[in-house]
Amino acid sequence: MLDADTIDLLNRIASQSTLGLINGAFYAILSMGLAVIFGMLNVINFTHGAQYMMGAFAAWLMLTELNIPFWAALVLSPLIVGLFGVVLEKLLLKRIYHLDHLYGFLLTFGLALVIEGLFQWRWGSSGAPYPSPISGGINLGYMYIPTYRGFVVVAALVICLATWYGIERTRLGGYLRAATENPTLVRAFGINVPRLITLTYGLGVALAALAGVLAAPIQQVSAVMGTNLVLTVFAVVVIGGMGSIMGSIVTGFGLGMLEGMTKVVYPPASNTVIFVVMAIVLLVKPAGLFGQTK
Amino acid sequence: MVEPLLKVEGLQAWYGESHILHGVGFEIGRGELVTLLGRNGAGKTTTLKSVLGIVTKRSGSVRFDGGETVGRPSDEIARLGLAYCPEERGIFSSLNVEENLLLPPQVKPGGMSLAEIYQLFPNLQERRRSQGTKLSGGEQQMLAIGRILRTGANLLLLDEPTEGLAPVIVQRIGEIIRQLKARGLTILLVEQNFHFAVAVADRHYIMEDGRIVDTMTAANVRQNLGKLQAHLGV
Repeated sequence: MLDADTIDLLNRIASQSTLGLINGAFYAILSMGLAVIFGMLNVINFTHGAQYMMGAFAAWLMLTELNIPFWAALVLSPLIVGLFGVVLEKLLLKRIYHLDHLYGFLLTFGLALVIEGLFQWRWGSSGAPYPSPISGGINLGYMYIPTYRGFVVVAALVICLATWYGIERTRLGGYLRAATENPTLVRAFGINVPRLITLTYGLGVALAALAGVLAAPIQQVSAVMGTNLVLTVFAVVVIGGMGSIMGSIVTGFGLGMLEGMTKVVYPPASNTVIFVVMAIVLLVKPAGLFGQTK
Repeated sequence: MVEPLLKVEGLQAWYGESHILHGVGFEIGRGELVTLLGRNGAGKTTTLKSVLGIVTKRSGSVRFDGGETVGRPSDEIARLGLAYCPEERGIFSSLNVEENLLLPPQVKPGGMSLAEIYQLFPNLQERRRSQGTKLSGGEQQMLAIGRILRTGANLLLLDEPTEGLAPVIVQRIGEIIRQLKARGLTILLVEQNFHFAVAVADRHYIMEDGRIVDTMTAANVRQNLGKLQAHLGV
């Protein structure tokens, strides 16, 4: 028979891992979007956090200004922000593909600063609440979680698996994988690769926005909500390996849980544990856990 | 007079600052099998890549089926009915054999079905779930040829399909190329393997330093063997 202390410890580990799973859901969607974009464009999209924030803002504006409910915003907001991504790609990003990675970094990082600055200027940085679209909670036995958070985890899993399926198992995904490997040859077969690149960027941005909408009822909707999150997500991408879809999903959820469990053992380390793991992975397996060296 | 399927005139091409093609001119009639012969660095591969628009810095005229293609991007040119089998084969490692076969989109009606391609290359069917780059060199070459047969393209650009392959496989590829010709396909073949080229082609163009320096038909290649060998340095 387990004594009371052990049961209590197991309970705390289980509940913190469950809470970690919710963070992990966001890491997974965001790092997957980054992986898709990097694979195709060879650009590390530092605007990702700002686009996540834009997704949340679009949902919030739709609700407060137009009375459009959460479930409609869940579809509309990624579409609108994804379209914004398409415009960005056509106007700016496509001009830098032939240049060094550094230029992609500077451009997307600068864009993030401009976008976040504009939102801060217009709406301030204190943030606004977004009412939860699902009330009530679920009793898991070892803990009680709001139903909405449970929904976020399930939704994230569905989104991740759907994206994985789309890329790994469909004809269009085959074009994408092939064009990631050898764009010149794919184009010489008659496929409009520049358009494929634009759509890929749009898809990656839409995924960020979708994560933003999902986050709105959990976090305050604010101009800087993506700034810190995206730093952790970059660490997740480095750990998982650039460009691997399944790698991003697994590491996203896994590191969220690891963060949660660290809270049980030594709470102050929970914010840094991911970066410690990143340093170790970089030393042992520089291409990332699921990455391949190019 | 009927216009040839492909008519190249005064084609010049550059890789960055280096000027590779200096006014290449040749033509291929419908259903013909024509080779570009020449030493390494003569500009044969660059000619193929320039015809297809993969080398983008080019001038002159490349008319396919009567329409000018210089100035158009390679995806548009391919959709006119040209298909390309690169020297390095270009098999995608992130795709399995069947996905590789299905990758090039159909650009014209009348291409082979997957079943017909598998009939032509039974090995590919056996290994259709394998990763494309896990195949042997010969199988990869079959895959590179097989996948452009689905597209319905009527001009095939084949870049050294026999390179680095065992004689028995080279022989098999020769048979397949003859079958494709019998189906009415037009083929532009770049070859280093002079014996292979002589065995399958209707006509030959000899390239040197980015120019066509000579041309001969299959019928008079035997008389001109000495001249040809001087050009090729064999």
